[in-house]
Amino acid sequence: MQIRIKIKRYNPEREPKEQWREYAVEADPMDRVLDALHAVKWQRDGSLAFRRSCAHGICGSDAMMINGRNRLACKVLIKDLKQPITIEPMRGFPVLKDLIVDMTRFFEKYRQVKPYLINDTPEPKTERLQSPEDRERYDDTTKCILCGACTTACPSFWANKEYVGPAAIVQAHRFLFDSRDHGAAERKPVLDDTMGVWRCRTIFSCTDACPRGIQVTKAIGEVKKLLATGGPPPATAVPKPS
Amino acid sequence: MARQVIHHEYDAVIVGAGGAGLMAALEASKRCRVAVVSKLYPTRSHTGTAQGGIGAALGNLEPDSWEWHMFDTVKGGDYLPDQDAVEVMCREAIDVVYSLEHMGLPFNRTPEGKIDQRRFGGHTMELGKAPVRRACYAADRTGHMILQTLYQQCIKQGVAFFDEFHLTDVLVSGGRCAGVVALCLATGELHCFRAKAVLLATGGFGRMFKVTSNAHTLTGDGCSIVFRRGVPLEDMEFFQFHPTGIYKLGILVTEGARGEGGVLLNGKGERFMERYAPTMKDLAPRDMISRAIYREVQEGRGVDGKDYVHLDLTKLDPDVVERKLPDITDFVRTYLGVDPVKELVPVQPTAHYAMGGIPTNTNAQVVADAKNSVLTGLYAAGECACVSVHGGNRLGTNSLVDIVVFGRRGGRHIAESVGKMELPPLPSDALSRSHEEIGRLTSNLGGESAAAIRTELQQVMMDRVSVYREETGLKEALATISTLRSRYRKVEVEDRSLSYNTELQEALELGYLLDLAWATTVGALARTESRGAHSREDFPKRDDANWLKHSLAFATDGNIKLDYKPVSITRFQPKERIY
Ligand SMILES: Cc1cc2nc3c(=O)[nH]c(=O)nc-3n(C[C@H](O)[C@H](O)[C@H](O)COP(=O)(O)OP(=O)(O)OC[C@H]3O[C@@H](n4cnc5c(N)ncnc54)[C@H](O)[C@@H]3O)c2cc1C
Ligand code: SF4
Ligand code: FES
Repeated sequence: MQIRIKIKRYNPEREPKEQWREYAVEADPMDRVLDALHAVKWQRDGSLAFRRSCAHGICGSDAMMINGRNRLACKVLIKDLKQPITIEPMRGFPVLKDLIVDMTRFFEKYRQVKPYLINDTPEPKTERLQSPEDRERYDDTTKCILCGACTTACPSFWANKEYVGPAAIVQAHRFLFDSRDHGAAERKPVLDDTMGVWRCRTIFSCTDACPRGIQVTKAIGEVKKLLATGGPPPATAVPKPS
Repeated sequence: MARQVIHHEYDAVIVGAGGAGLMAALEASKRCRVAVVSKLYPTRSHTGTAQGGIGAALGNLEPDSWEWHMFDTVKGGDYLPDQDAVEVMCREAIDVVYSLEHMGLPFNRTPEGKIDQRRFGGHTMELGKAPVRRACYAADRTGHMILQTLYQQCIKQGVAFFDEFHLTDVLVSGGRCAGVVALCLATGELHCFRAKAVLLATGGFGRMFKVTSNAHTLTGDGCSIVFRRGVPLEDMEFFQFHPTGIYKLGILVTEGARGEGGVLLNGKGERFMERYAPTMKDLAPRDMISRAIYREVQEGRGVDGKDYVHLDLTKLDPDVVERKLPDITDFVRTYLGVDPVKELVPVQPTAHYAMGGIPTNTNAQVVADAKNSVLTGLYAAGECACVSVHGGNRLGTNSLVDIVVFGRRGGRHIAESVGKMELPPLPSDALSRSHEEIGRLTSNLGGESAAAIRTELQQVMMDRVSVYREETGLKEALATISTLRSRYRKVEVEDRSLSYNTELQEALELGYLLDLAWATTVGALARTESRGAHSREDFPKRDDANWLKHSLAFATDGNIKLDYKPVSITRFQPKERIY
């Protein structure tokens, strides 16, 4: 069938202002929005710029605003969208070209929370043990693909770009709740701050936006509680080395 | 606007930031100055899509040993893997998995808190007696967790990244590698990196086929670029089709789904794998299952007479499906509107993995001829390389092992070598190829469309050079590829802007795919036997007397010349392959 798709175009080398362009392309109802973007690029206008790679919601390249909501273009099907489908870049980061935004600040905030395991104890010969229950506590936040959909859907972030943002807090959660990690004190200054978790107003936009179904607001709440009670919860059931 | 040129100097440059590149970077940057150049932001690399697991004989649930792992890998590869290299891989797999755990990788756990392991195709105990639990996994996002963990460690260690830089050339001068040239996607500048060592980890090239599990960006860039510089490509005729791609889309459903108990059913509802592999059944190696599906379809037992079969997960505990296979459950629901807990999943073989690639030794050094002569300063690791540990057919979970084991070995070798080396001089025409290629694509007028050529290439490869091959079809494919290659000379990139010219990038990538499709088809036509994933209808038997050897494809004045080199056989003599 023919579908209509309206894309906010911007190419500062050609035209200083952004402008909406509408395209009609052939698509199947079961096609992804990414397929429709490819149809535009490959049949109508090769200069249309967007990021993409895996095409099935795992690499985190193609978060954008589709019909007013942050989604991955490769994870929304045409049949589920009202036409004309409107497509614009994520909000809150500088637009570089068409749907491509500058993610530099997003990754700076990611780095601020020290997104790596901190554990200076000597490494055992085999694995460090962890009970399935303790592994489960941070399972949800290990799914994050750093797409940026949550942070750029957050009104608190739009209001103040210094806010570390939901994505970085999700990353912090992944380590704070890992029984093998000893980095809570090192991460505290960034998180326990007016520009840290306390900027979150529990609006739930992040949770709605997350294409991985991560309970982002809940994770932020858990980090708040951890900071308020002064430390990570004790490991629930650390098994005895056999 | 003129294209700026910027120069850099490093001890080592690593091209690619998937599992292989990041592991190499972690090792090398402990002892020397390293830059990582990647066309994708590192966490977007395709390693992140690997689902099922990483194989290592930890023996956490059942007795296991690296020798059994080695045997399975050699047999799975139809006796073409180099056994010295396989031994290195299977021994070091154990240590490298522990090392990933120490870095923080969140593996699933056994009740005792150890790394959990599950079954996977072709992995057995006691040299083929029964399936064994060898795949260490993190739900069905093992690759995602490996990629994230390695990237996290690189941040911790302060590795220098050049993100969204597209490699355009590898510089070779005076018989050694001198650096690379890359296009900065954000600005359109060309960057010339002079370096003592270069490690290519640019991944696979499944995008030469129409139905594939591979990302749009898997176009074999590193392989093609060094091929043009005279380095041969090894065993290109071996390309793996994974039996369970989601129908038409090619998105992968991990073998782990069958490891957990899923089975394949034909249109008549029969468990057809019982007929093809009486012992391993649905956990036979991928090449055998993909052929079995093609046969079922050919003989009219596809579902509704079409070219697919069913994967049945409905007999599994729904809780196991949701907990151990959450992502694929989500894919099937999202893209097919099918609930795998209650309904059958339509699947078909999907182009998945390149066994062939840039020939290397076990230190990841590129070896540029049949005598295995080292090309000083050039390394390759991961899917773009051919060590060869996979031979004619890779076993599931062995690529993740390959990328971390040989990424680490390459990184170590670089760190040990560069201290003793001088920075090599750059060739005087270092930038000319990159300028020429980009210049041609962006100045051609009224020409061909890259998208149209790519579509034709993917179709002919799928029709003629996929699971089954035969002489007439391969010759037809060669003729088509040759026409497409001359049309490619006239491709016109309409976008003339410097910043994020993704149209230019796609055109460059098409050029790489055309080279690799050509080498694959030439190798397939020459190899008049059936081995592993290379299956000739006109030569259905394996022929050890004539073909127990690796092929090497060289690009020479507009042609491909083939040479061959022997297989390393240390412990396991070739036998018939029965599962
Ligand atoms: C869906 C799927 C599931 C899989 N599941 C498993 C599994 O369960 N177990 C297993 O063992 N294997 C699995 N595999 C195979 C395995 O994931 C891959 O073979 C492996 O991850 C490849 O890693 P790599 O580091 O070589 O390359 P990749 O991870 O593909 O990385 C390639 C890198 O090269 C860069 N690059 C490419 N071209 C250029 C260029 N021109 N300039 C600059 N940079 C460039 C990219 O940016 C990227 O960073 C799976 C594969 C797929 C597709
Ligand atoms: S939490 Fe979800 S929305 Fe936010 S960056 Fe991670 S995957 Fe994207
Ligand atoms: S293209 Fe990878 S998430 Fe959409």
